[in-house]
Amino acid sequence: MGEHHGPAKGITRWLYSTNHKDIGTLYLWLSLIMFFMGGVYAMCIRLELLQPGIQYFDPSLYNQFITLHGLIMVFGAVMPAFVGLANWMIPMMIGAPDMALPRMNNWSFWILPFAFSMLSLTTLMPGGGPNFGWTFYAPLSTTFAPPSTTFFIFAVHMMGASSIMGAINIIVTILNLRAPGMTLMKMPLFVWTWLITAFLLIAAMPILAGAVTMMLFDIHFGTSFFSAAGGGDPVLFQHVFWFFGHPEVYIIILPAFGVVSQIFPTFSRKPLFGYVSMVYATAAIAILSFIVWAHHMFLVGMPFVGEAFFMYATMLIAIPTGVKVFNWMTTMFKGAITFETPMLFAIGFLVLFTCGGFTGLMLAIGPADFQYHDSYFVVAHFHYVLVPGAIFSAMGATYYWLPKWTGNMYNETLGKVHFWLSFVSINVLFFPQHFLGLAGMPRRIPDYALAFADFNFLSSIGGFVYGASQLIFVYVVIQCIRGGTGKVSEKPWDGAVGLEWTLSSPPPYHSFSTPPDPKLIPDLH
Amino acid sequence: MEEKTSNNKKLAFKLTSVVVLMFGFAFAMVPLYDVFCEVTGLNGKTGGQVSVDEGSSSTKADEEVREIKVQFLAMNNENAQVDFGPVQSSVVVKPGEVTEVYYKAVNLTNSIMTTQSVPSVSPLQAAEFLKKIECFCFKNQTLAVGEEKLMPLRFYIDKELPEEITKISLNYTIFDITEVKEGDEPVHQEHSTHQS
Repeated sequence: MGEHHGPAKGITRWLYSTNHKDIGTLYLWLSLIMFFMGGVYAMCIRLELLQPGIQYFDPSLYNQFITLHGLIMVFGAVMPAFVGLANWMIPMMIGAPDMALPRMNNWSFWILPFAFSMLSLTTLMPGGGPNFGWTFYAPLSTTFAPPSTTFFIFAVHMMGASSIMGAINIIVTILNLRAPGMTLMKMPLFVWTWLITAFLLIAAMPILAGAVTMMLFDIHFGTSFFSAAGGGDPVLFQHVFWFFGHPEVYIIILPAFGVVSQIFPTFSRKPLFGYVSMVYATAAIAILSFIVWAHHMFLVGMPFVGEAFFMYATMLIAIPTGVKVFNWMTTMFKGAITFETPMLFAIGFLVLFTCGGFTGLMLAIGPADFQYHDSYFVVAHFHYVLVPGAIFSAMGATYYWLPKWTGNMYNETLGKVHFWLSFVSINVLFFPQHFLGLAGMPRRIPDYALAFADFNFLSSIGGFVYGASQLIFVYVVIQCIRGGTGKVSEKPWDGAVGLEWTLSSPPPYHSFSTPPDPKLIPDLH
Repeated sequence: MEEKTSNNKKLAFKLTSVVVLMFGFAFAMVPLYDVFCEVTGLNGKTGGQVSVDEGSSSTKADEEVREIKVQFLAMNNENAQVDFGPVQSSVVVKPGEVTEVYYKAVNLTNSIMTTQSVPSVSPLQAAEFLKKIECFCFKNQTLAVGEEKLMPLRFYIDKELPEEITKISLNYTIFDITEVKEGDEPVHQEHSTHQS
């Protein structure tokens, strides 16, 4: 290799970057911007639902809000956040100089801003943007779709291509670039969960690409994949979509599991309990995720055997997930725990994700799902696993590694204020939605019966507080980059273990130009 | 270093082939789904045409004491401007007995119309036992302006029909596919409607 050099100057540093840290940073900023964009849609939704009746947005616009909120949050906020963390942390955790395929890394990031610009601009096109919900069921998304759907399909293709390239890069990096002595079973759990997630991505994203391609053909080329008149079947769309869609939910949550598996041992000052079982549980969840898809479709008219199979298979997932929750709790048990902001987010994750997991079990019961299906109970369930699950984890990860990335400590007080405001408001926001759903309020409808008014009002207030509290996060991050509350050592958390803490803070532009001393690699079990 | 780069490329190539394979699998799900539906009768899809021989081989029809009530239903899809329905609302048949019934369709528009009817059977488990010798749903039906067309359906109930099923509902949904048909002659396959 040539002599050590720093980043290029100006905008080209970001445009042409092949550096894993720069690209990781780009991913994280994109994710934050998308989080606020999806958040604005969410605020509009909660504003409309503040009171019964149609106040601010006509139903067609409301439909576009719910669709774009879902798509942007899933593909724009959560997924890029974890890909950004992977880019930043994986080379540093396994003792590699950079990602294995740095140019592809650049490409997979720079596709995304174009994809999301196109997706969000569809709202301004004649006929409006996608208005069929983030699950875009046919024939709503084919026969009855607005003309802009073609752009939506193209945007989904671009996001998919980006995710697939990112996943390939991560797998190649982990399998080929580990430092000598870094065996698979010595890898930090964040690396393990990402390895498994990346395999899920390359298996599931092409299915999504296939689904939208079939939609494209149905819309423009006269095929009838999803049209009963021509011999197709709209239910087929749901099967194809959820065959992608269910692995997708684990693509979102597994890296979050990885993050909290790093945070709990650090602030409990104990090694992670049950490292090996954590790895196997992650793999088990990944495999099971491919055989449970039709639990999203209990009402399409499946035969009894099908309902029973998907019901039991879904419940089976609670076992490896339960193993994980048990291991996290046991890691904390009798530990010398301190409650810095990352730990607070991890504990918040543990408590609220488990709530979301339990409502998931309720939904898995086929006969009960007949009642819960497409109600606000489902909305409450998946927001409990996505917001205090994935988002809390991504924010906890940011607080955890921000001192490493910037070399400065963030403002701990503001971090804690951010956590507690988020924790309280998220429950005010989503907990009443359980009751609304059980009482029969359907999802995706801009108006509701008067009986639901009080809980909706409460939920909206929680939503506004949660949305506003996220501005504290932006402030803390920017303040930390600009110096924060002072310089930190290479290991700002005394309980932290792993190769990334042997590098300086901030780390050098190229992480490990020479492989680290194998003695530095900790045994995690 | 050289070796490492080529290793990376090899692995990336292998992973890319997994991606291509899974993309193909998405499309393979279409025929797989059809086969699955045919085998299990899922979605109430009835099978294709069966020969008369199979039906008339039921010389032992007399041995069957069961009487199955078959109800006929009709639906118009979206805005198909056609008066569509069964001539008789139900028949009582013995398993193995070949029966002929008619559906009637009247074109209510001022232009020639091409239609396609799609069957659905309830209960789902009965779908595979409803065998059709002839059905207007096997091909597109063209209706002239104001034409009233009687369309035949010849079927029998397979004697393997489970004991617990005593009543079967057969529904046809009629689709107006004129617009799709106009663009592409000759017609090789059935097409969908897209009049967004």
